[in-house]
Amino acid sequence: MSFSTQEYGRGVNEMKYILVFMKNKKAAFGMGILLFFVLVAIFAPYIAPYSPNYMGFTPLQSPSWEHLLGTTATGQDIFSRVVWGTRLSLFVGIITGLIATALSVIVGLTAGYFGGLVDDILVMIANIFLVIPGLPLIIILAAYITIKGIWTIVFVISITGWAWGARVLRSQMMTLKNRDFVKASVVVGEKPTHIIFADIFPNMLGLIVANFFGASIYAVLSEAGLEFLGLGDSSAVSWGTILYWAQNNQAILFGLWQWMAVPGLLIALLGMSFALMNFAVDELTNPRLRKR
Amino acid sequence: MRYIIKRVIFFVITAWAALTMNFILPRLMPGNPAEVMIAKFRGRLNPQAINALEIAFGINVHQNMFIQYADYLKRMVVGNFGVSVTFYPTNVSQVLSQAIPWTIGLFGVSTVIAFLLGTILGIRTSWRRNSASSSVIVPFSLFLNSMPYFWFALVIDYIFAFELGWFPLGGAYSSGGSLHGWALVGSILYYAILPGTTIIVTATGGWLLTMRNNMISVLSDDFVTFARAKGLPDRVIEYKYAARNAILPSFTGFAMALGFIISGALLTEIVFSYPGVGYLLYQSVLNIDYPLMQAIFLFITVAVLTANFIADIVYVFLDPRVRTRGE
Repeated sequence: MSFSTQEYGRGVNEMKYILVFMKNKKAAFGMGILLFFVLVAIFAPYIAPYSPNYMGFTPLQSPSWEHLLGTTATGQDIFSRVVWGTRLSLFVGIITGLIATALSVIVGLTAGYFGGLVDDILVMIANIFLVIPGLPLIIILAAYITIKGIWTIVFVISITGWAWGARVLRSQMMTLKNRDFVKASVVVGEKPTHIIFADIFPNMLGLIVANFFGASIYAVLSEAGLEFLGLGDSSAVSWGTILYWAQNNQAILFGLWQWMAVPGLLIALLGMSFALMNFAVDELTNPRLRKR
Repeated sequence: MRYIIKRVIFFVITAWAALTMNFILPRLMPGNPAEVMIAKFRGRLNPQAINALEIAFGINVHQNMFIQYADYLKRMVVGNFGVSVTFYPTNVSQVLSQAIPWTIGLFGVSTVIAFLLGTILGIRTSWRRNSASSSVIVPFSLFLNSMPYFWFALVIDYIFAFELGWFPLGGAYSSGGSLHGWALVGSILYYAILPGTTIIVTATGGWLLTMRNNMISVLSDDFVTFARAKGLPDRVIEYKYAARNAILPSFTGFAMALGFIISGALLTEIVFSYPGVGYLLYQSVLNIDYPLMQAIFLFITVAVLTANFIADIVYVFLDPRVRTRGE
């Protein structure tokens, strides 16, 4: 992942950036995928032919017109589960991405702005979290927290996913705080919170958005991994738990490969949509990466 | 020198942080989760083992937290992780030491291959950045990179082991008959092909993109333009000028990304029932075996830290700027 130190000029309105963003092919493609999933999530009750939890069908059916993706070992319609699962998978991805980004912003901006001892300590903590491998830590945390549920997953992923962003934002903060408009605010006597959030924050928006996309990919993949291991709430309907049940009921040995293939492919597509937008922000903020 | 001392201090502090997490987490959770585990294994374990577990997790211990902590650190330093409740009465350290070589072998080799492959492809695609193949490769790498590793493992296991039957479904070597010497080596390699491929395919994309971006930045630097003006051959500019400079950030990224890749490797092991640390972690989670879980977490953290430390030291030799700046 590369982040540039290029910055936005001040006072240029944000609409222009959104337009430039949408003109980028990768960004538009990524947005398209995300929008599709958002629509599926919103209209899940209308798209899904059956209730995701109804267990009255003949179990382990192959795909047919009644059951587009077949049925599970407990006689549930897989297609309906996949459609409803979009809600939870998307929700966890976005919420966790937002929380992790908020943590990165708070830590990164505080460290970068104040410098000195505060900076040393915060950078040390961020580095520790970066080096400690995420998944084992998440697994340990999830194994200790005996309350299984969506918020447990959101919590453990956010707490392990903020460090990279904090470091990137901190270095950007260090270059921004020596700019004239920030110095002017200091001279006028503005409070640090005002300077950080009203003056500097808007200038880092591009980077923060890129960061959010990055954190969301991490969240989507970690969620799927956790649920696949059975550390989530296995009664919830999400793409990760569908994979968990497919694996536990040996879907592949029954030849029901679509039970496994479809949710995984959707996770990959959702991850890719965030990755494409992330890459596009990179291209826009770093002129060298643009096509010549 | 100051740089190396800084790295040593960081190593010690991070290792200490991981140790402390292991100590604090079970004590922090409402209704000490270890109590559930001990209740489950009461009767199957002898009273001394139960007592040792209670001390390790701070149950029915009427000592002050600091004394408990000091005792805990003492136990960790001498490598006493207690008994594994899953593999009772075997020690955790014994169980772990049987799994470690498998993970290091599989993960080490495939990560190095992925790094080299990704870096070379990154150089090539940055050089011809507007060609058709290059514009296909970038979104494709993004896709590979955002795929759940364990799912990719399931897919290739299904296709190449279940449907086509070219490779075994899982495990690390053929269990039928006793193999010796080269036959055993051959069997181990054969069983490692699918899990190894999973790690290589999913990790290569990330290196490719990192290297490509670094290359593109370096290629627009003045010294590259100057080299072009001098009329140096493309090959020389590509490898001797640009790639040599572009690889440095990739190299630091390598150390930082290890923690991320090892997470993928752990899941890959689980899918292929590969007898390494990841599969062991899975078993310890299924059996709520906290002592084993803690030891595995500690081992992985220290392993990644050590790899980072080595990378930091090697970096000193690669980049003279680090030697003089002391950062």
